[in-house]
Amino acid sequence: MWDYTKKVKEFFLHPKNVGEIKNPDAAGEVGSMICGDALRLTLKIDRKNNTITDAKFQTFGCASAIASSSALTELIKGKTIDEALKIGNQDIAEYLGGLPKEKMHCSVMGREALEAAIANFRGEKKPPEREEKIVCECFEVSEEKIRKVAIENHLTTVEDITNFTKAGGGCGNCIPAIEAILKDIWFVKPVPEKPGAPKKLTNLQKIALIQDVIEKEIRPRLQADGGDIELIDIDGNKVIIGLRAMCVGCLMGDVTVKGIENKLKELVSEDITVEVG
Amino acid sequence: MKTVYFDNNATTKIAPEVFGEIKPYLTDLYGNPSSMHTFGGGLRNKIEEARAKVAELIGAEPEEIVFMSCGTESDNTALMSAVESYPQKRHMVTTRVEHPAVFNFVKHLARRGLRATFLPVDSSGRLDMDAFSKALDDDTSVVSIMYANNETGVIFPIEEIGEILRERKILFHTDAVQAVGKLPIDVKRLPVDMLSLSGHKLHAPKGIGALYVRKGTRFYPYIIGGHQENGRRAGTENVASIIGLGKACELASKNLEKETAYLSKLRNKLERNLLKNCPDVRINGDTEHRLPNTTNISFEYVEGEAILLRLNEYGICASSGSACTSGSLEPSHVLRAMGIPFTAIHGSIRFSLSRYNTEAEIDKVLEIMPKIIKELRELSPFGKEKIKK
Repeated sequence: MWDYTKKVKEFFLHPKNVGEIKNPDAAGEVGSMICGDALRLTLKIDRKNNTITDAKFQTFGCASAIASSSALTELIKGKTIDEALKIGNQDIAEYLGGLPKEKMHCSVMGREALEAAIANFRGEKKPPEREEKIVCECFEVSEEKIRKVAIENHLTTVEDITNFTKAGGGCGNCIPAIEAILKDIWFVKPVPEKPGAPKKLTNLQKIALIQDVIEKEIRPRLQADGGDIELIDIDGNKVIIGLRAMCVGCLMGDVTVKGIENKLKELVSEDITVEVG
Repeated sequence: MKTVYFDNNATTKIAPEVFGEIKPYLTDLYGNPSSMHTFGGGLRNKIEEARAKVAELIGAEPEEIVFMSCGTESDNTALMSAVESYPQKRHMVTTRVEHPAVFNFVKHLARRGLRATFLPVDSSGRLDMDAFSKALDDDTSVVSIMYANNETGVIFPIEEIGEILRERKILFHTDAVQAVGKLPIDVKRLPVDMLSLSGHKLHAPKGIGALYVRKGTRFYPYIIGGHQENGRRAGTENVASIIGLGKACELASKNLEKETAYLSKLRNKLERNLLKNCPDVRINGDTEHRLPNTTNISFEYVEGEAILLRLNEYGICASSGSACTSGSLEPSHVLRAMGIPFTAIHGSIRFSLSRYNTEAEIDKVLEIMPKIIKELRELSPFGKEKIKK
């Protein structure tokens, strides 16, 4: 039995915007009946101001797939295309008061249908299937999709990837490949260092790595002494943190901040500085 | 809202007669049957009475019945005992449609170096008897084949399989958890060496099962400890549930014939009318050899979890082979083994009946189900052309 929120149940039992717009300005289709869920999204778009004036959906799938699709249509109606494209799968899940983690792929399907519809509106052609490298054969999930969803949702484990994309949830043969992709995204590869050419992280990689180091290396040590840390912001190489719980007013505060900075310098980048916000 | 319970292959209601019988043993009569005093030791007789009733239901001798904590323990014990009894033999045979209690345990043993054959079934869920005969060799220690499948209700030719195995002197275990209490079983003429059954599938409480072990069969206990159950299953007896299982078996023995007729009448009405009133529907499994209480129906173009949750709104309980209900992303291994198209598996619903279901409840499902299917199909992007026709 899934622990669905009231809102998911409501959107499942009484979905809004069901159906198909005749002569739509945009249509996006994702998923397949074989995979167990599929969504067809049709949009009416005012070409003068690129605003989505109407949205309808048809979904084959479980309760959360139907609710996510319906939520998506509610979220995008009245928005411009650019505004709509800012809606991520997390926004769909949040709108519904959250989804069970195993069902997050339903929200991802919503986001994908939106992208497909807008690409269709803009006249972009989807690259032919065979150009994509399929990682998960059971659910036909491409490497591109795994990377994209992993980065957008800060996913670090194979289980997360399965919950969000279904990849790895079938025969399991692709699990090593997913592990390799995750490693590639989140961990610095041990490239032979050339003097004067420091390893370059993308901003996303750096942010994820800083979060990871704080979660796994720093927080447990502070918590062992009754303290805690909050990551407030990251501005370039400047990491702004807040010290919490027993750290507040602790005489060792400065030493702690220096220690955190050293850890981040060691594990992320030499250029990191840490400030208390 | 009144619950309409059509999920009796998952578990059943405790019969009121059973509950009445066990109540004193959950309250005042809490003794340990192994004690020397009458307060505890006196319970020994009650356990033996229950054993006799369980034995009677399947035509066994009381001393051939070993009480276990559940069907899964019975299955695991039977297989483990076979492996320990014939350590020189390294091969086991089972089917691709077994319950996880056998399926996953055989896989577990295979990872420890035993060889396992998983026999295929045809599109109706019938065992491939050719593959069965070919799978056997001198190295085969045990064959474990279910009596009837929990998802489709398909009944396997246990007698025929048993004859072949007896001739080849290969140990035969059958997981009869879904069959006991629903079908007449007589181990006096049925050539099986071990048979598993479970209490909560026949109106006894959860947490009680039994393993039939034919006299003369080599047996090694799986749970090691005290001397209970003649040293075949250690652990203080679950007195109340054992007494409950005894009573449930007594009820089943008494009413089996009448109930079978009643259940198949209700089931057939449900099935016939769903086929009539919902387009694009198929029955999964061999309808000739099937449990009287089970039907497994696929509704094309819609997904099982969605159907179940809509039914849930009316208090109707059923189950599905769809991936979304399994906790993993894999749809039913049983329906996949039968080669049912994925699209039909996703929309599969199992109704399983019991003696407590009524015709009025069947009518309620028949009234609501076509409506739910229609609504969900209107939501679905598939099957529109066909429906319009």
